[in-house]
Amino acid sequence: MTPHRIVVGAHYGWRDWLAQRVTAVVMAVYTVLLLGLLLWFGGLDYAAWKSVFGNDAFRIATFVFMVALLWHAWVGVRNILMDYVKPAYVRLTLQVLVIGVLVGYAGWTIQVLWGGK
Amino acid sequence: MAAIDRPVAKPRPVYLNLFAIRMPLPAVVSILHRASGALLFAIGIPLALCAVQNALVSQEAWAQMRVNLDAPFPKLVVIVLAWAFIHHLLAGIRHLLMDAHVGVELGGARRSAALTLVLSVVITIAIAVRLW
Repeated sequence: MTPHRIVVGAHYGWRDWLAQRVTAVVMAVYTVLLLGLLLWFGGLDYAAWKSVFGNDAFRIATFVFMVALLWHAWVGVRNILMDYVKPAYVRLTLQVLVIGVLVGYAGWTIQVLWGGK
Repeated sequence: MAAIDRPVAKPRPVYLNLFAIRMPLPAVVSILHRASGALLFAIGIPLALCAVQNALVSQEAWAQMRVNLDAPFPKLVVIVLAWAFIHHLLAGIRHLLMDAHVGVELGGARRSAALTLVLSVVITIAIAVRLW
């Protein structure tokens, strides 16, 4: 245990490292699925688009992808902030803003996926 | 040399002249991995959400979006974001392979770095050609 832990630090563990990798694999699998669908429909038009997003399984897969993406983005953006933004209060402010934005994106995603009539 | 004999306190932090350093290929891939990730976070996610949302509204909105995208600047944005996504994905796969101890030795790391850079640019060019 190090006595000098920074309040806006990385929690000094492997959890974020692992989360970054696991979420990356989830997103890669979804990307392959999306490319597969694109090939299946032989291109992209409104009808295909609408029917793909009308499918409940695809909506849930998309939601899982987005949660993975937002979690992944959090780990990455925080790493960037920890490297380049030194004053603790500025970093904390930026981190809180980033979390706010990411949670907002999650809400937006739900709206896009299930907000239609 | 015992710790006690070491010359005391070199001036720190040391500021390096980044422009005087010739970065090895893996370092180029690494910094581009970070830059592309930042780009995808700052522009990619909101634009993607916007696009998916608009495209689902109606046939007309879909057609309108295709018209909007059919201009030089939007195309450029799409191409840059496509590059960012592809580079980030390939560099990420490279990372995962290295986590599994594949290609961690110097030669392999250099080759996979070169492959990542070339492949992401080639795929991006292919997309750009199709788009234009």
